[in-house]
Formats: sequence, structure tokens, C-alpha cells
Amino acid sequence: MKSDLDDLPVIATRRDEAQGFFQSIVSKGVNWGRKYSLFQYPFVTACCGMEYMSLQMARYDLDRFGAAAPRFTPRQADLLMVVGTINCKQAPVLRRVYEQMAEPKWVMAFGVCASSGGFYDNYATVQGIDRIIPVDVYVPGCPPRPEQVIDAIMLLQKKVQGQPHRLFERKSLPVLAQGDGR
Amino acid sequence: MSKAVIDALVQRFPDAVRDPYVGVGGDDCAFVKRERIAEVCRALKGELGFDMAPYVTAVDYLGQSPRFEVVYNLHATKANARVRLRVKVDEGEEIPSVTAVWRGADWHERYCFDMYGIRFSGHPDLRRLLMYEEFEGNPLRKDYPLRGRQPLVQEREIHDLFRGPGPATRD
Amino acid sequence: MAHARGTAETERKAAPPAPRPESDLDAPLPTKRMVLNMGPSHPATHGVTKFLVELDGETVADVKVEIGFLHRGFEKSCENATWTQVFPYTDRLNYVSSIMNNVGYALAVEKLCKIDVPERAKYLRVIASELHRICDHLTLVGATGLELGAMTIVIFAVEARDLVWDRLTELCGARLTSNYARIGGVARDLPEGWIEKTSKTLDRVAEVRDEIDGLLTRNRIFLDRTRGVGVISREDAIDYGFTGPCLRATGEAYDVRKASPYLVYDRLDFDVPVGTNGDTFDRYLIRLEELRQSDRIVRQALAQAEPGEIVISDFRYALPPKPLVYGTIEGVMAHFKQMMEGVKVPAGEAYSYTEAANGELGFYLVSDGGGRPYKIGIRAPVWPMLMALPSMAKGRLLADLVPVYDSINYIAGEVEQ
Repeated sequence: MKSDLDDLPVIATRRDEAQGFFQSIVSKGVNWGRKYSLFQYPFVTACCGMEYMSLQMARYDLDRFGAAAPRFTPRQADLLMVVGTINCKQAPVLRRVYEQMAEPKWVMAFGVCASSGGFYDNYATVQGIDRIIPVDVYVPGCPPRPEQVIDAIMLLQKKVQGQPHRLFERKSLPVLAQGDGR
Repeated sequence: MSKAVIDALVQRFPDAVRDPYVGVGGDDCAFVKRERIAEVCRALKGELGFDMAPYVTAVDYLGQSPRFEVVYNLHATKANARVRLRVKVDEGEEIPSVTAVWRGADWHERYCFDMYGIRFSGHPDLRRLLMYEEFEGNPLRKDYPLRGRQPLVQEREIHDLFRGPGPATRD
Repeated sequence: MAHARGTAETERKAAPPAPRPESDLDAPLPTKRMVLNMGPSHPATHGVTKFLVELDGETVADVKVEIGFLHRGFEKSCENATWTQVFPYTDRLNYVSSIMNNVGYALAVEKLCKIDVPERAKYLRVIASELHRICDHLTLVGATGLELGAMTIVIFAVEARDLVWDRLTELCGARLTSNYARIGGVARDLPEGWIEKTSKTLDRVAEVRDEIDGLLTRNRIFLDRTRGVGVISREDAIDYGFTGPCLRATGEAYDVRKASPYLVYDRLDFDVPVGTNGDTFDRYLIRLEELRQSDRIVRQALAQAEPGEIVISDFRYALPPKPLVYGTIEGVMAHFKQMMEGVKVPAGEAYSYTEAANGELGFYLVSDGGGRPYKIGIRAPVWPMLMALPSMAKGRLLADLVPVYDSINYIAGEVEQ
């Protein structure tokens, strides 16, 4: 299942490049707001959940990065943190939760089981959630230390800041060799 | 005390309980015939006080016949005694369920059914416990491949550095 | 009554009306039962259990528990790993108290191999196990508080847990999944100054525990939500196979550490709390009391442990020390054989059980004489409690399902192996 993140245009048309100063200012502002107010959906399954608990609490506080409020409904969340192993029985559930989230949404693969299946290379485990949904940031570790996850949140914030934001969405045009609509 | 229990069982059910032995660490064990296991368990619970069945599991001895073995680890709380019963079951054979004796054996038997394919007759709700219904096969059998994944969701093509290029279902 | 005056003639001709209840508000309205899915991804199901709750209004008529959403193929993976490589897999069973899984598995393998560990290794195993038991009970008390709305409790509990994890990081290398025990002993010895640091940490944990106690135990709301909720009788509990704090809450004083002592528990002086009612509140109280007892055990063990070997010197089962590996031919060969082929455990089968944080954690091992396990079966302590959950929750309100489910301390890793 492909999402628009898979279809990034290879060559930007001149019209796209000439987005304009105003649009980039708006982008910066909107992305600034988005990155400092990430509402997470912690899709917690396994051991990494314990580190997630530590992450939320007083010592390694995720609230400092604005990502405090776990919204336990995907409809209100921006960041899907897949914490722990996803196995083949849970995969459709994860897919459905991802599809229920509204754009813009980001996915963090928390832990090595979510990133690549971990050492559970067997009949039951999905070898990485990127086989099911597109992932923005991968956090290895079994379980990752909370500091690692905070680093990942900061990386994600950098990514969010850099995302282009169009004032109005156009249907994506096919890739053209040269611009001017030829 | 468990030795006395095993001896009492052998006396009571001479044709069903055989080959009692003392395993490593002093565990008292015996083999029980498949059809009579429910009877033996009822006697164990009723008269000999074995009121808890902490663990019931199965082992796949591929190559031997009968192929499977269902192992009952039982515990008597008042006397603090433990006993192990081993029942040999062949492929396709059914074994009477002991859920009526101990309700706690319910999920353990479902697990054996799910993972090994051993059917328990008289079980109130024999269906898969851990695997999903669409899964075909019994994963813990020795002839089931370790990596025999049966994905429920169409998997995306990703750049897999570990496995190299190829379709998602190649492993 | 009111309208009969107006239609007296029609009333006399029609059949006499059925007797009306006092008020329309009291009339019983038949309703259909609603099946609510508390799905696999739910904050209150600790991860991955699916409840199909059949509701009659707000009362639970039936609960069907569906598990399997974290089945990671532990048994099959372990059949393809050597006996020592199984330790990280066992860590992730009950991941909140990993060392107890490690120790349980190591004891099972040692039972099959008929070897005995050195004294210091036994003490170290007990110390690490009890520290992880403290973590487990803190996590549970915190989660109970969190799901009943008392968020402060979880913040305190996680603070205390983080402090204990700091000590365990210094000991094992990892906060959570420790991989500490080995066949024949433990992986490493206590670092310098660890004993004093741990005593201070335990003091701080005791302070936090007393604060949590003060906040919850006589709290009106907590009592209302947990007292009398999720009651199970002693006979039912034994029939289902309950062990551990949930069984002791019903009044049956069974603790594996006292009944069949293993490691050095017979030399340590501690009490086992036993409840009376078998409800959620008793389970919570027992866990709080076990926090105190574990603290006692750790302090005694730290005082009693003598310096010594931490792994047996038998090279068939334990890796030789590095100077021998690099210096002698026998060391190299032993190291090589163990790494490549695995420890050769004699053929046979054994069931070994220990008292984990939730109850009796059993390992049933079958060996065919080789370096890899032929079968590893785990007896998850929480299965009986999950089996009994429908009977504990039936007839109560939907909101009572959450504290009952919390109090059984469902840890997905061990349930779904």
C-alpha cells in the first residue's frame, strides 16, 4: 500500500520551485507548530512499552518536546509510535489504526522489533512495520534507552520542519523531464 | 509423597498407568494411556488431592510413533506434592479433555491444539488460542518451517538490506 | 387512570387494561445486549488483549478474552538457538521482571544438567530477582493508579522504578532486559560500591512506596473501585490454577519460595502476605506488602553474601574465564564448543518452577542431548487469571473490568510467549 510519501516527484517543475517566499514562510510557521505539538498515539505492545512509560514520566520527560499528550484515538493523533513487536495477527489492526489517522501523520518505529522484526525472525512476527505502513523515523534498541527515543523525536522534529506545505493541494502531476507543461 | 501417589495410581489403574519413574530432580512421573487420562485425572483430583493443574503441554517427537506426547504437570496444594503424567498421542488421534476436572487446563489444551494440532474430545471450546483463524498449520510441529510466515496484510516492497532484493514474501 | 375518565364507554367495551406499574419510569425495558470490543490496541488493556464484552446496559454479562496479538514464537525461536542463546528470549517473557525469567530458565537447565551453582551466584540471583520483583510490583501499582485516574501514582512508581533500574544497569548492562543469569551462575559480579548505592536506592524506594500507600490505601475512591470487585473464591482460584499474589489474595498461603525453597530463600527471613477476600483491593495490598518483603530480602541477601565464584568451574556448562581461553588449549576448545554447538545438556525432561512476580513461572524443558533445546514450554503465571477473568468480571459494571484486569498483572510477553 503506497502513500503519498512514496510518490515524491523526482524532478520538481519550475512551477513548484517558484513556490514563493510567502508560501515558505507559511510552511515554516505551520511546521513549527506541528513539530512542537505532536500528539502521539502510543501503539504499545511489548517490552518497549516499559521504556515508553519511563519516557513519559518525570525523569525523561517527553512533555519538554511538546509531545506530552497521548491521544488514545488515532483520529486525534499525529504521531503513531509503534512501540514493541507487531506480529502477523496484530498487523491488520496496525494498518487500520494508521489509516484512521488524519493527515499530516508521522510514524515512529520504536524499538528494533518495530524497525526490523528484532531477533524474532519466525513465523509469527512482521519483519519491521515498514512492511505494512511507511515509517518516518526508526529507533533501534531492545529496548531503546529513553535518551535514544528523545533523539528520535528531535530528528522527527527536524524532518517535520523541512516538509513542504502547499497552500492548496493539487493532484500530483506526472514527472516531467522539462517544465512549462510540455 | 508423590511416589506414594504414583504407586497408588499404578495399583488403582494397572492397565492405564505404566512405567512410573523418578525423573531428574526427584520428579515423580508416569505414563498414562490415552483413553483413560480423564479417569486417572479425576481420581487424582478427587481422592488424592491434586487440585491444581499448573501446566499441560505437548511435545512433538517427530520420527517416533506415536508422534506427540501430552504432558500434565499436576500439583496438590495441601500436600505440596507434584506429579507428572505423560500421555502418548499419535497424529490424528483424539485425547479426552481434562477441562471438566480442572478448569485451568482449558487454555493449555487450546494451546496444544493450536500449536500441535492435537484434538481434545470433550473440550468446551476448542479453537485456536494464539494464532489467528486464517493460519494454516500448526507452528510448533517440527516439520513446520521456522520462518513460515502467513501474513494477513499485503506487505509493502521495501529496501531490505538484510535479505537483499526480492519480493516481500521471499523469507 | 387519567384518560379512563374521558373514554369511559370505549373502556367498558374493550378488554380491561393490564395493571400499570407505579410509574412508567420503573417499567422494565427489555434491551438487547451490546457487544463492545475493547480492542487489541487499547490503553487499558496493557497492550494487546482483546475483550469482547457483552453488555447489558452497563453491566457486564460476559467477557470473551482473545489473546495472541503478541505471540512472538518464543518456543520455536528457542528450538533454533543454543541453550545459552535462549536467555535473551526469556528476558522478554515477563519483561518487567526479566531476571526472574532468566533465573527460572537457568534453574530448569541446571536441574536437567544436575549441576549446582556456587553460593555467591545464588545470592546474586536472589538479589537481582527481588530487585526486579520490586520493579514489577511498582509498575503494577502505578498502572492501577493510572487506569483508575490517579496519575500521580504512576509518576511516583516510575520514578522509583527508574532508580532501581539505574542500579540494575550498573549490574547487568541493561535497564529492562537484563540477560543476567547464565547456566551455572550469573554473568557478572557486583560492581564497586554497588551495595551502598543499592541501600540508598532501596531507602528512596521505600519512601516512594510509603507515599503511594498513603495516597491509595485509604483513599475513598480507590476503595470504592477496588473493594469487592473481581472476587474469586479460593476453590475456584485453585481450580483455575492461580498462583502467586492473586492466589494469596483469596486466602491460600502458597508461595513457592516457602513451599519448595530454591536458591537461598530458606536462609532468608521474610513473610508472605496472605489476603482474605480475593478481590482487587487485596491483590493490591498484597503487592504493596510484597514490596516491603522484597526490600527485606535484598538487604539480608546483601549482608549475607560472601565473596566467591559466580559461575561453576565446569567447562562443559559454563564458559571458561578469559585468561584460560587465551592461554590454554582446553580453554579454547571448551569455549569454541560451547559457542558453536551450545552447552550439551543431557537428554531428558524436567519441569522447574519458581515464584515470579505474578505467580509460579514454570519451565518444562525437553533435551535430546544436543546443544539446542528440543522443547521449551513456559508456564505463564497469568494464564489462569485470564481464564478466570470472565467469572471475575461477570455481573459487575463495565468500569470494574479495568481494575480487575489491572490487578492480575497481565504482562503480554509471558502470556503470549
